[in-house]
Amino acid sequence: MIARLVLLLLCLAAHARAEEVARLVYLGLENDPYYAPAEVYTGVSLKDRQRPLAGAQLAFRDTRVLSRALGVSFQLDEILAAEGAALSALDAARTPHPLAILLDLPAAEMQAVLASRRDDEVFINVRDPANHWREDDCAAGLLHTVPSDAMLSDALAQFLRARDWGRVLLLRGPTERDAQQAEAARASLTKFGLELVEEREFEQTNDPRRRDRSNIALLTGSARYDVVWLIDDGGDFGRYVPFSTYSPRPVVGSEGLTPLAWHWAFERYGAPQLNQRFRRGAGRNMTPSDWSGWAAIRAVVDAVSASRSVDPAAVDAALVSEALSVDLYKGVRGNFRDWDGQMRQPILLASHNAVIAVAPIEGFEHRVDTLDTLGVDRAETRCRR
Amino acid sequence: MIRSDAALVACLLLAPVATLAEGSGMAIVTNEKSSTLSIISPDLQVVRTVETCARPRGILFNADRSRFFVGCADDDMIAIYDTATIELVGRVTGVPAPETFDLHPDGKRLIVSNEEDAAASVYDVTTGEFLGEFLTGEEPEGVQVTADGKLAFVASEAANLVHVLDLDAGEVVADILVDTRPRRFALTPDGKELWVSAELAGMVDIIDVATLKLVGDMQFLPTGFRPEQVTPVDLQISADGTRAYVALGRANHVAVVDVPKRQVIDYILVGKRAWGVALSADETRLYVANGLSDDVTVIDTATLKPITSIAVGGVPYDILIDDR
Repeated sequence: MIARLVLLLLCLAAHARAEEVARLVYLGLENDPYYAPAEVYTGVSLKDRQRPLAGAQLAFRDTRVLSRALGVSFQLDEILAAEGAALSALDAARTPHPLAILLDLPAAEMQAVLASRRDDEVFINVRDPANHWREDDCAAGLLHTVPSDAMLSDALAQFLRARDWGRVLLLRGPTERDAQQAEAARASLTKFGLELVEEREFEQTNDPRRRDRSNIALLTGSARYDVVWLIDDGGDFGRYVPFSTYSPRPVVGSEGLTPLAWHWAFERYGAPQLNQRFRRGAGRNMTPSDWSGWAAIRAVVDAVSASRSVDPAAVDAALVSEALSVDLYKGVRGNFRDWDGQMRQPILLASHNAVIAVAPIEGFEHRVDTLDTLGVDRAETRCRR
Repeated sequence: MIRSDAALVACLLLAPVATLAEGSGMAIVTNEKSSTLSIISPDLQVVRTVETCARPRGILFNADRSRFFVGCADDDMIAIYDTATIELVGRVTGVPAPETFDLHPDGKRLIVSNEEDAAASVYDVTTGEFLGEFLTGEEPEGVQVTADGKLAFVASEAANLVHVLDLDAGEVVADILVDTRPRRFALTPDGKELWVSAELAGMVDIIDVATLKLVGDMQFLPTGFRPEQVTPVDLQISADGTRAYVALGRANHVAVVDVPKRQVIDYILVGKRAWGVALSADETRLYVANGLSDDVTVIDTATLKPITSIAVGGVPYDILIDDR
C-alpha cells in the first residue's frame, strides 16, 4: 500500500514550475430533449432532469488544492454538440488527448461515439442506467458511474427481502424505458427470492373500455400482495398511485421508496458536506445525475493522484485497478468492475425527503465484495470486450 | 484528545505527580445531533445534560483547563465554557462550520478546521480575534499542533492530503498525500511520529515529522469484518508512547496498538460507529463515543474489557475528561 502512495513536498518554488495538464472532457448535446422540462399541466413539470455537468464542475473545483500538491493542473472542457453531431464534436474533445470523456448522450449518439473509439480512449457513461450498456452493448474503454437498472432494482429487492415483503405486484408503464426497468425488476425478484404475484401494464387514457388499465383501484385489485412495485419512467401516472391502491399497501419503485445513486437529504458518511458544497455552487439540491458526473471526475482525479502521473496509460491502469479507492460519500471506497466497467457503489433507498436504507442491506453477503450483491456479477455477465 | 496530546504532554511535564488528581473527574461529551453536552460522573452515570449550541463537535480545554471550547458547526462559532460550572462564558463568533481544533502551546492561538470553507483558520481565544487563514483541501478535519508550536497539521478528508502549516511564517509548507479520507491525528510523545487515521482505507498512516515523509502504515481488520467496514477515525497514544487506541468506526471496535512495534494487540467491541476516544489522566479508562448507538463505552485499559456503556445524547462525537 505504501508503495502506491507518494509523498509530495511542494515548496512554493516548485509550485512555480510549468505544471502538467490533466484534461477531462464532458460531452453532451445542446437542447437535449432529455433535459427539456416535461410540462404535464400548466405550471406542473415532472421531469426536471439535471445534466450531470454541475456535479462534474464541483469535483473539478475541488481539485484546486490537490492540484497544488500534485503539481498537476486539471482542466475540464465542456462540449455541447448540436443534436446528431456528437460524433463530429468528438474531434474537438480528442485534442489535446483527454484522460477521460464523460458521455451524456442519447443512446444512438452514444453508440456512434463508442463505435469510433480509439484504443487509448476512456469514456465514462454518466447518464444511461440501461443494463444493455453493461451487457450486450458493453464496449472496451467504457466505464459507468451511473448505477445500472440492475443495481437499482437489486437494492430495492434486497430491502423487500429484508422486510419480508415477499409478494410483489409489478405495475409498469408502456415505454421502452419502462420495459427495460421491468426486466431488471423481474430479474431482481428472482435473484432475491421474491414472488412476482402479477405484472400489470397501465395506460394513460380516459377510454372507459380501457379502464382496467387506467383505473388504479382496478389495476391493484383482485390480487394478494405485500407491496406494489411501480415502474413509470414518465411519472405522470405513477404520482397518483400511492394512497390509491385497492389494498392498503406501500408503493415502491418510481414513487414512494425509490432506489437512487444519491439524495440531497443523506445524513451519513460526509454526505451533508458534499450536499452543502454542491448547493452553494449550483443553487439547488444535488441529484443522482449530479452525483454521477461528480463521481466520474472524482475517479479520474483519484487515478491521477494514485498513479502520480498524467500519462494516459498510467492513469487508465490506475482507474480500472481494483486498488482504486474513490471516496463516494456513501461510506465505502468505490472502484470499477473489471467485467463490465460499472462503478461499484452503495444504493440509497429514499423517500422524497429521507434516506430510509442503504443497500447492500445488512445480511446480504458476497464471497468477494458485498457491493457485488448489487447488479450483474462476474459469473453472470454477458459483457465480452 | 488527540489534539490535546501536546497540551497533555506539556501538562505532565510541568505538573508534579501529586497534582494529578485535580479536576472533577467528569467526562463531557458533545452530542452532535441533539446539540447537548452530556456530563458523565466518575462512577459512570450521566449526571447532567446541558443544552448547547447547534451541532457541537470538537471539544478541547484551554491551557489551564479552567475553560473548554466547543466547536458549534451549525452556529458558526466556538462556545467557551467554564469547566467548573459548565456555564457558557464566551463565544468566538464568525468561525465557519468549525469541526475540530487544536490549541497552540502559547495558550492563545486556536487552529480550527472549517469544514465547509476548505480552510484552516487561526483565532486568538483570549480576544476572539481572527488572526489568519490557510487554504486547505475540501473538508479539512483533524488539527494537530506540534509541541514546539512551530507546525500544525491539518487533514483534508476530500483531497486525501495532510497539510503542514508553518504557523509563524503563515504558509502551507507541504501537502502530504495519504490514504483515502484522512481524519484525525496523534503525535507520539517524543514528537517524532504523526499518526493519521485514513477512514475509508481502514488504515493509520505514519508520517515522520522531521522529514514529513510517510514511513509506515497499519491496516485494521477485526475478526468477522470486511475491510470496507473498517473506518478508523479518532485515535490516542498513551503518555508513555507504548500504546495507541484507534476507534474503528463502522467496525464497532477499538483497536489497541503496540506503538513501537506498530502491531495490533487486541480489538475491543464497543457500540455502533465508534469515533471519539479519550483516556483518563491515569490511563486506566478509555472512553469511546459511539455515534450511531448514542452511547459512550468505557473500557478498562488493564484488562482491555468494556466496563459499561452509558446512554448519552444523539450522535455523540467527542469526549473531554476533567481529571487533571
